[in-house]
Amino acid sequence: MQPIISISGVTKTYATGFKALKEINLDIVRGEIFALLGPNGAGKTTLISIVCGIVNRSSGTVTVDGHDINRDYRAARGLIGLVPQELTIDAFESVWATVNYSRGLFGKPADKAFVEKVLRDLSLWDKKDAKAITLSGGMKRRLMIAKALSHEPRILFLDEPTAGVDVELRQDMWAMVRRLREDGVTIILTTHYIEEAEAMADRVGVINRGEIVLVEDKAELMRKLGRKRLVLELRSPLATVPDAFSHYALELSPDGGQLTYTYDNQSERPGVASLIRELEAAGIQFRDIDTENSSLEEIFVNLVRKQA
Amino acid sequence: MNPRAAMNLHAVWAIYRVEMARALRTVLQSIVSPVISTSLYFVVFGSAIGSRITEIDGISYGAFIVPGLIMLSLLTQSISNASFAIYFPKFVGSIYELLSAPVSYLEIVIAYVGGAATKSIVLGLIILATASLFVPLTIEHPFWMLAFLVLTAVTFSLFGFIIGIWARSFEQLQLVPLLIITPLTFLGGSFYSINMLPGIWRTVTLFNPVVYLVSGFRWSFYGKSDVSVGVSLGMTVVFLLVCIAIVAWIFRTGYRLRN
Repeated sequence: MQPIISISGVTKTYATGFKALKEINLDIVRGEIFALLGPNGAGKTTLISIVCGIVNRSSGTVTVDGHDINRDYRAARGLIGLVPQELTIDAFESVWATVNYSRGLFGKPADKAFVEKVLRDLSLWDKKDAKAITLSGGMKRRLMIAKALSHEPRILFLDEPTAGVDVELRQDMWAMVRRLREDGVTIILTTHYIEEAEAMADRVGVINRGEIVLVEDKAELMRKLGRKRLVLELRSPLATVPDAFSHYALELSPDGGQLTYTYDNQSERPGVASLIRELEAAGIQFRDIDTENSSLEEIFVNLVRKQA
Repeated sequence: MNPRAAMNLHAVWAIYRVEMARALRTVLQSIVSPVISTSLYFVVFGSAIGSRITEIDGISYGAFIVPGLIMLSLLTQSISNASFAIYFPKFVGSIYELLSAPVSYLEIVIAYVGGAATKSIVLGLIILATASLFVPLTIEHPFWMLAFLVLTAVTFSLFGFIIGIWARSFEQLQLVPLLIITPLTFLGGSFYSINMLPGIWRTVTLFNPVVYLVSGFRWSFYGKSDVSVGVSLGMTVVFLLVCIAIVAWIFRTGYRLRN
């Protein structure tokens, strides 16, 4: 299937000579939730800004649903809703006015019922006559989302959507993202809260120093790069790990009461089942077993570190 | 419908409406204060000092300065309306939305410049009405009066738009109006006929574009002008074209907008 966004060979060098993006190639699949991860200054916002038409790229091409973002900018931009990182709203406009303004700006005829629904979905309806300046930070964030959704976009960019957001709003936001996805909206979010990407995304891209380091199906990524850890609570402490188990590279806790086996799915080391069988055969008994998956965060940190 | 050919009129209307709403919100600043300051000009120059001044070109001094005063407000308000309208979203960052919207440059200019020009035209007419309370007015060429009013408002709103895009700070935003426009308008024959100046200064004055605006506008009232009305009109149109060319360049290069 044709990707909904296709970015090829995109670079951006700012007037200062700073290379924000080096040769970005990335396809976004229709209907997916794509998480773009990267440390601060990696180029996430620059990339989004280019796709949305806010920043001119230095070279390369971008198409949105087959429309070139320059030649066919109307068709391309009309499909996109953007929630930027910063809370930037005309402070003196009312909630109602500013959301209707956004809808008009994107070429949609006035539709009071639809705007009302957007405001209700975001718990902003009570505040519709309030001026933006009087809203709390969380409410302003909701308003930014309402503006982005006001013109019924098919693609939604969320740039660091949950930075500095309280738990309630965060949960509301994820519920909303799931609803949108059910309606077929493609969602691209940037974050450095990796647990978010882990919870929400279908695919993950990692960007670092202006380069896409990796793009992978999230589950696949966790499977391939995720480490697993098996922790065995021993009945009676061991002084040392018996030599017969050296190929497992087991770690013994200082008190001798805990054995830890670290493995990943690609490793050459034998599986968990054989370890357990061999331990039993050697008469090492254990009270409890615990397994841990490494998080996307560890994967991410490893990737970025490797590149540095 | 070919999406490239169709104008995004909803967007033009949305921006225009926001600009009008801002004017209504700040009615004190945008309407009342220029009316008060113009009234003060009439009291001071028209009545107090003006009563000691003989007629100029057969027109009482109080009436003579009306077109110039309207031009003065029209110029300064057009520039400040338009420059603020585009600078403010740049300053608070909400410009992202405009840049990411399916809006052409032409539509952006029509909406912002249209909004700013509308406000200053309304203001010009209010000042005209205020002036008619102080001095007897005649308008010999109402069509040309309106034409000069609209042409000037549009031209200087474009100029203000350029300043708003160029400015990186509020200080810069004030700089051009303060250092260039105010002197030009005061020296542009608002309060005197340039024929009253000594020879060399008269020639220097002819390099001041405001002279042509004021002269042409005054002609539409009283049928008298410092320079021929054709030249006035020509110069105004030239200035308009220069502004359009600069705006076109700004948008083609993304100057201070998309970089």
